[in-house]
Amino acid sequence: MSVFKDAGHLFRFAGLFVLAFLIFLVVRHYVVPKSFGQYGHYRGAAIGEIAARPARFAGHETCEGCHSDVADKKKAGKHAHVNCEACHGAIFQRVPAPAAPAENLYQRLLTFAGLRLPTDPPILSHADDPMSVKPVLPDTAVLCAQCHTASAAKPKGFPQVDPASHYPGPPCGSCHQPHNPGMDAPKTAAGGVK
Amino acid sequence: MKLSRRHMLILLPAAAVAWESVLAGTPEDAPNYKISDHWWGMLIDVPKCIGCGNCVRACQTENDVPDGYFRTWVERYHVSDENMTEPEVISPDGGKEGFPVAQQDEKKYFFVPKMCNHCADSPCTQVCPVGATFISPDGVVLVDQKYCLGCAYCVQACPYGCRYIHPQKKVADKCTLCYHRITKGLTTACCEACPTGARQLADLKNPNDPIHAFLKTHSVQVLKPQMATGAKAFYNDLDGSVR
Repeated sequence: MSVFKDAGHLFRFAGLFVLAFLIFLVVRHYVVPKSFGQYGHYRGAAIGEIAARPARFAGHETCEGCHSDVADKKKAGKHAHVNCEACHGAIFQRVPAPAAPAENLYQRLLTFAGLRLPTDPPILSHADDPMSVKPVLPDTAVLCAQCHTASAAKPKGFPQVDPASHYPGPPCGSCHQPHNPGMDAPKTAAGGVK
Repeated sequence: MKLSRRHMLILLPAAAVAWESVLAGTPEDAPNYKISDHWWGMLIDVPKCIGCGNCVRACQTENDVPDGYFRTWVERYHVSDENMTEPEVISPDGGKEGFPVAQQDEKKYFFVPKMCNHCADSPCTQVCPVGATFISPDGVVLVDQKYCLGCAYCVQACPYGCRYIHPQKKVADKCTLCYHRITKGLTTACCEACPTGARQLADLKNPNDPIHAFLKTHSVQVLKPQMATGAKAFYNDLDGSVR
């Protein structure tokens, strides 16, 4: 007498279980990203994707490659430690996107459901196209005041002035050359500091 | 399966390359960057901060942070020596456009830049139900925005309030320590734009990084040390009233 005589229903159940497990493995194979678990409980490829995003601030070394005369002037002054893009802004700038074609119903549904991330307009660099992408030429009356307006909250040793009483009217740049703002720097013919 | 000598000669170098890649963990889009050679943090030198807001503006430009949301911000503290537990703290628009002029009185003023602390034991990564936020092998807390559900558990879990749900993308967003920059050898946008050097990127695995000498010779603190988050934003000369 076979021990499996009345076990047919168990085999059928076990077969279903194995089938369900195989289906789970197949679905998992397609659903779980390939790089999930590469470094830990996350999608490893995400690291490369985040690292691949474009930078907007190129760093002062990039500016100094072409503008070495300004870099030399700056190194001799009190703004030696202030990087170019701190005042002039990022040299990579986003250009306005061309008018996007109208979305069809399917695309609008995806956007509505939050399944499509908004796409960003392209970024151009001053270094690549110096004529059409130009860094900001700051208004010294505004820019200098951002750092140097006197306030009790600022560190005591930091140079501060009251813009209302410190030669109001002319912009700061008419006396202080921003790249070397010290008053002992050589003066220009117009009276400003070179 | 029978493995011929020809197959073995092909497979062995391939396996060696694959194993080296696993050990190095090189992100695919920054081929010269070896992820296992770094452990990133940030030094914030509180007495150097002048509250100009350059860091906040630079971060928003670099990372397309939407208006009204901040990956980094600056707070101004106004603290009485009689009541240090209730400082007056302001951060108008994250300090992006600076602060109103402060008049000297009997209390003390100072600025404190805030940002993600890139905790080594971060609560935000522990609560994520899908593994969309994680600590990279080089110590940066990142968000995989393609995988994030936008459940906001991490926003609630962060004890420093450094996360938000992106209003257009509907997923978690936060400081990446400018990962796209530091993997290319650049510093972060906030460090690049800071005119006084109040922020300095630190590679704790690099023995030549000046952070090591600084940590040995200065009184450095992390925010909320009682939370045991392993925060890696080191604050020099931090006042006891800062939360």
